[in-house]
Amino acid sequence: MAFAPFNDPRDRGGPAQPLLIAEDLRKHFPVKGARGKSVQAVDGVSFQVKKGETLGIVGESGCGKSTLARLLLHLVVPDSGALVFDGDQVGGSLSVGALRRQAQIVFQDSYSSLNPRMPVRDSVAFGPFIQGKKKAEARDIARDILGKVGLDADLFGPRYPHELSGGQKQRVNIARALATGPRMVILDEPVSALDKSVEAQVLNLLRALKRQLNLTYIFISHDLNVVRYISDRVLVMYLGRVVELGPVDRIFEAPQHPYTRALLDSRPSMDPERRIEEAPITGDPPNPIDPPSGCRFRTRCPFAEAVCEKTSPALTDVRGPETHVAACHMQDPASGHSGAGHG
Amino acid sequence: MTDIAAIDRPLDTFDEQAAPATRVRGYWRSVLYRLRHDPVTLFFAAIVLLVVLAAIFAPLIAPFDPYKESVVGRLKPLGWRGHLFGTDELGRDMLSRLIYGGRVSLLMGVVPVLIASIVGGLLGVVGGFAGGRINTAIMRTMDVFYAFPSVLLAVAVAGAMGGGITNGMLALTLVFIPPMCRVAETATTQIRMLDYIEAARATGAGTVTVIRYHVLGNVLGPVFVYASSLVSVSILLASGLSFLGLGVRPPTADWGLMLSTLRQSIYVVPIVCALPGAVIFVSSVSFNLVSDGLRAAMDVRL
Amino acid sequence: MDQGANSPLVEVNDLSVKFVSREATAHAVNKISFAAQRGEVLCILGESGSGKSVTLRTLMRLLPGRAKVEGSVHVNGRDVLAMGSRELRDLRGGLVAMIFQEPMTALDPVYTVGQQIGETVRRHTGCGRTAARARALELLELVRIPSAARRLDAYPHELSGGLRQRAMIAMALSCDPQLLLADEPTTALDATVQVQVLILLRRLQRELGMGMIFVTHDLGVAAEIADRIAVMYAGRIVEVGPVAQVLANPLHPYTAGLLASTVHGQDKHQDIDAIPGSPPDMRRLSPGCSFAPRCSRRTAVCRMTVPEPQFSAPGRMAACLNLPTAAE
Repeated sequence: MAFAPFNDPRDRGGPAQPLLIAEDLRKHFPVKGARGKSVQAVDGVSFQVKKGETLGIVGESGCGKSTLARLLLHLVVPDSGALVFDGDQVGGSLSVGALRRQAQIVFQDSYSSLNPRMPVRDSVAFGPFIQGKKKAEARDIARDILGKVGLDADLFGPRYPHELSGGQKQRVNIARALATGPRMVILDEPVSALDKSVEAQVLNLLRALKRQLNLTYIFISHDLNVVRYISDRVLVMYLGRVVELGPVDRIFEAPQHPYTRALLDSRPSMDPERRIEEAPITGDPPNPIDPPSGCRFRTRCPFAEAVCEKTSPALTDVRGPETHVAACHMQDPASGHSGAGHG
Repeated sequence: MTDIAAIDRPLDTFDEQAAPATRVRGYWRSVLYRLRHDPVTLFFAAIVLLVVLAAIFAPLIAPFDPYKESVVGRLKPLGWRGHLFGTDELGRDMLSRLIYGGRVSLLMGVVPVLIASIVGGLLGVVGGFAGGRINTAIMRTMDVFYAFPSVLLAVAVAGAMGGGITNGMLALTLVFIPPMCRVAETATTQIRMLDYIEAARATGAGTVTVIRYHVLGNVLGPVFVYASSLVSVSILLASGLSFLGLGVRPPTADWGLMLSTLRQSIYVVPIVCALPGAVIFVSSVSFNLVSDGLRAAMDVRL
Repeated sequence: MDQGANSPLVEVNDLSVKFVSREATAHAVNKISFAAQRGEVLCILGESGSGKSVTLRTLMRLLPGRAKVEGSVHVNGRDVLAMGSRELRDLRGGLVAMIFQEPMTALDPVYTVGQQIGETVRRHTGCGRTAARARALELLELVRIPSAARRLDAYPHELSGGLRQRAMIAMALSCDPQLLLADEPTTALDATVQVQVLILLRRLQRELGMGMIFVTHDLGVAAEIADRIAVMYAGRIVEVGPVAQVLANPLHPYTAGLLASTVHGQDKHQDIDAIPGSPPDMRRLSPGCSFAPRCSRRTAVCRMTVPEPQFSAPGRMAACLNLPTAAE
């Protein structure tokens, strides 16, 4: 996937500079009633997003991906860690308000993603209006962007959310996020609530919009097939931590972390002749309130050993042409794990 | 290349089905539709309308002067010499006094609820949106007032302030602020965490703007419905205050006051003496049932 | 009155279900007919609004009061639509059991898992408390819940999502049903848990010889669990057949469109073959084929007549006026 040309006047630093750097983001939510305990939603997540790429983030429930999405826009304030947007530190040289002019978020379509009492065009025009445009100008922007997502502004503008189908509502969500002209869009499970026939339409739309508007995407989903289709690189999360990160083809063809492998093997085969006979891993994802010590995956990992309980594995480089890291003791020859050093 | 516009356009002009999810009537038209087809609510709404119109046009429709006394024509039964509803203990025409009494009762019914809605509503929205300690401070203060039975509280406040219409309305307003606050706070708390509020914040909107554009519109519904049911309670309480002598002063016509003064004469002309009570009952129940109907109609499954 | 081993376990003929309200009538199910055999897994596949869940619930008459049902539904030879309330209570949980999508709402939060299963057992077999508890333990072990004895006394909120789903399956199996109805039981589960539950259901179905009707919107899930698959669209069944055949060689354009648009290893540099338009509004169905507005194969006659089922082979049906001929 070729990266789009960079003619955006807001661009600082050119194509070599990552659009977003997340450094050691941490967010724990205290548990009401149980003193001292907290939900360790995001626990030391670091990654970079290149300009013009789509970074896919996958994980199951409790892995912290939704919290991470909100941390990236400071909708939830991180306990610690840094965010650097195109070279500027968020909270330092770049205010949160200024960040929100350049990055936006699209939520999972549910009944709560659009104000039920506002007609669609007002919901979409709200963003530009808040960011200083006059009402009439905001309305024009809304009309233009609704057209870009394939909705006739005259037909759909005055409608209320309950008069739209799921796919149409999601397109309105996308329009709302794009109305302020962001450079980066975070998509939090944007197609999960849609019917399959509509999901494909929205994915096609997202790809087209990315090309047209020079966007960078962070695409969060639990559906691996969708992530494979749309992402350039993939980040796998488990219980608040990054367990693997690398180019999409490498992750899907040669996953290095046992969890990634299990996740990939859990996908239905689509072939009745080759059904999955044995579950790749047993049990449920554990509770983020009391995560296991050391490597958090060790309670379900078929390769767990004593070292996995004592120390958390760091993201170690995996051999290959592009950056591919996995947080597993088996990747680190010095860890003491019996499987280490075998790649 | 995706032809984006074609995503939703049907393959040729096979209109209706492929057309976007069909245009349903707007929310308010939907509400009106339901109301139009709800005979019970319509009936009682007609009564409410009657009461309101009678109160507004009292000078035009009252057959007699409500303050004109007559020594001879005291406590006369229904229909006596043109007095459709008889006369009271000072010879004044009951019908005219009931009509004029409606003005006071409606005033004391609606105004306190209106003010309480605004004050309590704002407090509730602020508390609900702020959450945390501010919310606790506001809601626990409200709880203190809530702990008192409304009648007791109204009587205590009105009595302490010395009675009269204004003090009576003030007392009722104070009684109604806590429940209105609670309704608004609940509605606000429910919406606060929804995605579209987060999306609004994500565009950089400040708290006041978010409340103004996104919260108020959604909170108004439950607040309005609850307020309409409070009107019926307010009429009852206001009548109660007047009955106890804490509301209007004689000779002003007021249903509660009339009930109080006619109480002793109940063995003379029972029907006439019961009339003010009947009117209070009918008005209060009508407002109540209309508010129920409104709630049912507004609870459109969006 | 039980039928012989060769007659179908479930026979549905010309079933129509309407939801009537003052404002509109929604035609959720429109004259469908199908049969499910003993010991087979029939998967009803459809998107939201297709009528699949309503169909499933009609088999147990678990519909709200404003539903109007026409047609005939026979389970094990007995006419479900004609049953009185006593017979229905015996049917539900006894001959036929159901598992739902959200185990948290299907299990009562104020009773332990053991108590709930025990209650179902006692209701249907009339045995005593101790026997019921023993049976509950047996069932929890059957569904492979670890530390089953301890979990008997757990409340639903103390269990994880996957365990709750297993507990619900245990409850459904408690009275040896011959027919298990599953309404999207894995949709709300994580991928690694979903695969465990699917494998469990397959194993149980084989071991206990139950018939199963499994409703889902996910083609992948259908491929994993079904023997036969019935595809529904806008309240009608548009295609039926053995799952391998339907997935490899779909006859109906909707099925073909669904397969093409399901994201599964497509080339990322190309658009996905999406079906244009949206599913129809069930309150205003137009005459003719409901899929026609979105169909690439449609002709003028498609909007005038509802296609009748065409059988290209026994058990292989597609309701389309423009089926691919042998030459295509």
